[in-house]
Formats: sequence, structure tokens, C-alpha cells
Amino acid sequence: MSAIPKAKKPEFEIGRETRLDLFRMQLELRMCEKRAFDLFLQNLIKGTSHLSLGQEAIAAGFGVAMKPDDYTFCTYRGHAHTLARGASMSGVLGELMGRECGLMSGKGGSMHLTDVEKGVMGSYAIIGAHLPIAAGAAWSAQYRGTKQVSVCFFGDGTTNIGAFHEALNFSVVWKLPVVFVCENNFYMEYTPIGAVTAVEAPAGDRASAYGLPSIVVDGNDADIMFETAMAALDKARAGGGPSLIEARTYRHSGHSRADPAKYRPAGELEEWLKRDPIPTYRERLLRLGFSEGTLKGIEDDTQRRVDEATAIAKASPPPSFDLIDKDVWADGSTAWRN
Amino acid sequence: MAELTYRDAVAAGIAQEMRRDPNVVFLGEDVAHAGGVFKATVGLLEEFGPLRVRDCPISEQAILGAAMGAAMTGLKPIAEIMFSDFLAVCWDIIANEMAKMRYMTNGQVTMPVVIRTANGAGSRFGAQHSQSLENWAMTVPGLKVVAPAFPADVKGLLAAAVRDGNPVVFFEQKSLYSMKGEVPDGEHVEPLGKAKVLRRGSDCTIVALAAMVHKAMDAAEVLKRDHGIDATVIDLRCLVPLDTQTILTEVARTGHLVTVEENPRLCGWGAEISSIVTEECFWDLDGPIVRITTPHIPLPAADALEDATIPSVARIVETIRTRID
Repeated sequence: MSAIPKAKKPEFEIGRETRLDLFRMQLELRMCEKRAFDLFLQNLIKGTSHLSLGQEAIAAGFGVAMKPDDYTFCTYRGHAHTLARGASMSGVLGELMGRECGLMSGKGGSMHLTDVEKGVMGSYAIIGAHLPIAAGAAWSAQYRGTKQVSVCFFGDGTTNIGAFHEALNFSVVWKLPVVFVCENNFYMEYTPIGAVTAVEAPAGDRASAYGLPSIVVDGNDADIMFETAMAALDKARAGGGPSLIEARTYRHSGHSRADPAKYRPAGELEEWLKRDPIPTYRERLLRLGFSEGTLKGIEDDTQRRVDEATAIAKASPPPSFDLIDKDVWADGSTAWRN
Repeated sequence: MAELTYRDAVAAGIAQEMRRDPNVVFLGEDVAHAGGVFKATVGLLEEFGPLRVRDCPISEQAILGAAMGAAMTGLKPIAEIMFSDFLAVCWDIIANEMAKMRYMTNGQVTMPVVIRTANGAGSRFGAQHSQSLENWAMTVPGLKVVAPAFPADVKGLLAAAVRDGNPVVFFEQKSLYSMKGEVPDGEHVEPLGKAKVLRRGSDCTIVALAAMVHKAMDAAEVLKRDHGIDATVIDLRCLVPLDTQTILTEVARTGHLVTVEENPRLCGWGAEISSIVTEECFWDLDGPIVRITTPHIPLPAADALEDATIPSVARIVETIRTRID
């Protein structure tokens, strides 16, 4: 726990509506992810899934801070980041369930959630690949002069792969409007990140190698994440180039569906559950004078929306077999010969 | 018609597309100020400026990742990977990312990106700078694969690749960069997926690609002159899309198929063509299909050894003379 930076006093006030947005967003990510877990246990979600339970404040902070035409690049642990841009819950759950109503009608699955209309430019299941791709989208925004920012989320394990370092150097040299967000949950997959990394802060301590300031923040605090996101987005939009942020957090479940996370020392999860971003945020809102009724209303409404989305996804048929033979190429076809 | 070298045709093709479309951008290592290590992109920086023609660090994943991210968001990047051997260090971006994105997203994304790379042997560079790797790309669904043999096709097929809207891996033959040939004036675009019959004979059909096209043509001359064997020679030009109709038509006419491949033996493109011909025009064949390839070895560097491994005119002549009757 000593690894978590102390919460700073907010440098600027966060509006009351924004705070409710942050609360609502975190709840949606949590409840939808819990539902995904339930559906997995019911064998309605096949394959694998990588849950973000416990890490919601990061995706929510950025989701609320970003503009509608900004770009998001996610990892295979991307349900939350996709939802945080406004992708439909039934589209996400439907994709996980392999249904026609899925964001990609079942052709991508849990690890590849994409919703281009909402700026979600893909979820990438090869560690590190999407950092240079996010840089490319930022280059495109810079070239076209659109003031869009590209935000790329990844885990602590990614900081040890080559693409991380290539993308950081490239983005700084080209001064690209891109924000790299390392979600340090202290485990690369099953192995503690500290056991395989040369420095204590996997992203923060690498920043200086690329001439960037070290930014290490409490990823379990949605207010801090919102402020951090705003600062990095503003810097990128103003032509100030990339940022590298290390947000420290903890996943409540294992790496993937297959992982019971038995490698974690006894008591570690319990300690982190005391810092669960959602109950702690709720307490803060009560202290700030939001009424119990307002918060309860948001919780009930979010649960109702998750239930509705679940019903829509369950009622959706499997995708049409026609889709197998569609969209390898831009013309919609799959033909490789005449 | 103007006479251009193969390398000048590269720059001419890029320039033609950059003049036409402001969203076409070009990036790679040493491509802008230096004009490319093979001098195939000289003059582009001067004409189009540093925002559109960009030098990159030695970061192949970043180069192709950036090209992909840009392609997904409105640009039409042409990226250079200096030697095709270096594709191995950025293969994830090509094979896992660019090639699959459109399919996985159910058509939400288009990927108009061209990867140019110098391919093939003949320069005595050894096993890590001389490979013919077009087969790697051919095995991945979602990649188009082009390998021109003539300057006119360099320009025309490069233009088509830029306009295609899909990831195209464009293999330039480094041993042909200094070759000269006629290139049409004005806008020149050759469709992808159309093979070219360079000569017609009645005795066998030789299918070749890139540098091997020239060897096959020379061999056909010798076969006709010295052995009375009249060969058809097909320049494939593209592996994907594959012009199977031209191959099947010509094989049906001659009754014999010979492929000439610079790649090592196993799973070379000739094996796929052999399979298609066997399945679809077996009864038109008058004898076994013959594949002439480089042996299944890493390439040696010494000129004598390299020349002995890559299919030569003499080996093509001798193989066809003894196997086709």
C-alpha cells in the first residue's frame, strides 16, 4: 500500500455534475463487468475475459474528461474503456456472448471490442501493439489539424516490451497528441511486476528516458484520474506533445477467467478492497453534501440499465453465417483469387 | 513513354499518388533527407515537404504502427521497411493487426496502407538481408501481396496499391533497382491481381515473379533456340489477389506447369499454384508439375554460393529440358 502516492489536494474544483458523471460511470463499468462475470458462470459468455473490477476509476476519469471525437485504444482488458466512451452495454455484453447485437456482431469477441463511432479504435490483444498504433492516430490528428487526442491504455507488463519504448520515443520526437496511460495493477499476468522490472515505477521511472515528466498517480481515485486526464489532454491539444501516466490500482479478480489469482499474498486483496474506488468515491460524495437519495437513484438506474442490456443481449440471435465470408477487404469481400 | 530505372519508378509512383491525394503520406528510415538507402525515394522530401515525407527512428514497430493508426483515421500512408528481412521485427503489426482489423471489427475500419520493402537476393548481403519473403505475407488472410518485375509495373502497381484501401505488402526487388524500362507518361495505374503473359509458347507454361521473371524469359529464349521447346512465361505480379484464371488457361493450353521461385522450397507460392492447378485442371496436364526454387536453406553470402542457390537461367533450362518432353 505504501506504493500508492498520497492523494493531493485537488488543484481545481471538480463540478458537481462532473462528480456525478464520474460516480455514474464507475458504477456502470462495475455493474456491467460483474454482469459479464455472472454470464460467464452461466456459460453464456464463452472464450476468455479479462475483467477490470477494481480498476474502474481510470477508465471513468478519462471517459468523462475526453471529447467525443478523441480516440481510445484499449487492451484485451478493455470492456471498461469501451463503455467509458459511451459504447452501448448491450453491444458490449452481446459481443462477449457472441450475439448479433454485439459491437462487432461476434466477429471480434471480448479482447477486440471496437466502436469507431464512439472513438473506440480497437482493443488489442498483443501486448504493446496498440501503443504505436495510437501514436499513428495522433499523427493523423496532428496532420489533419483536428485537435483530437489519442489515449492509449495498457498494463504494467507492457512497459517491458519493445513496442512501448518505440512508441514513446517516436511520439516525443514527433510531438504527437497522445496520452499513454499505464494501469499499474502490480501484476504483469501472474507474476509481480516488481520481480521482472528494473525500476520501481514501471512507467513513471521510464518517463525520463523520453524526456517526459514522471507522473505517478492514485488510479483508484476518480477525481485524481479526471484531473490528470484533463491536464494531459489539454497539453496534447495545445501542441505540447505526449504524456505518460502511471495510475496505480489493483484488479480484484485474476488476470483472466482461467486465473484464480492464488499467487497473491494473503490479505493483499482485502487491503485493496478497503480502497475500492467506488465505495470510497460514494463516501466522498456524501461528505461533499450529495444526498443519499441522489446516489441511490443513480445506483438503481444503472442496475436497471445493465439488466435491460443483459435482456437485449440474451434475446439477440447468434450472428448470421453470412458474416464469415465478409469484410476481409475494404470492398466487403474475402476473395483472394479470381 | 519515358525510360526510367526501377528505383526511379518507385519515386515516380509515390509522387503521382501524393500529388493526387493530400492524405497520402510517406514514412520510413532514411527515406526523406537521404532519399532512401537504395535511392528509390529521392526528391520526395523536396517536392512534398517534411510533414508528408518523414524520416523515422529505427523502430519498425513504431513505423508500421503509426502507419496503421493513421490509415484507420483518414490518411493513406506508404511505409518503407528498408529490407524485407526486417519485417520479422514488426510482423505483429502486419499479420496480427493490419490484416485482421477490418474483419474483427465487422467492417468498422478500413486499412489503406502500403508497406514497401526491398526483397530478394543478388546483392551478396547474406542470410539476413537477401531473403525472398513474399510467401510470409501470402499466408496471412487480409494482406495483398505485390512484387513487380518491371519499372512500369512498379509505378502502376504502387499507384493501385495506394488506392486499394487494404494493407498491401509491396515487395521491390533490390537486384532490379538499376534496371531500366519504358514507363508510360502521365497517370499510370495497373490493376492488382492481373498476371501478365509475357510470351506465348505451346510446350510449357512457366510462372515466375519479380527477378525470376527475367530469368524465366532468358531461359525461354535458350529453350526455344537450343532445344526447340516453346514456353509461355507468365509474370504473376501479385500473389494476392492471385490471377488463377490466367494460369489455368495457359496451363490448359500447354499441358505443363513450371514455377520459378526465388524463395526457399517449403510452402513457396508455387506449391499453392501447383495445388490449384492439380485440383482444377489435372486432366489438362501432360506431365508432373515442376517447381524450381532456392533450396531450403538460409542464403549464403559469397557470390559463387549465392549464384549457385538462386534459380539460374541454366538451371531453369536444364530442369525444363529434362523434365518436359
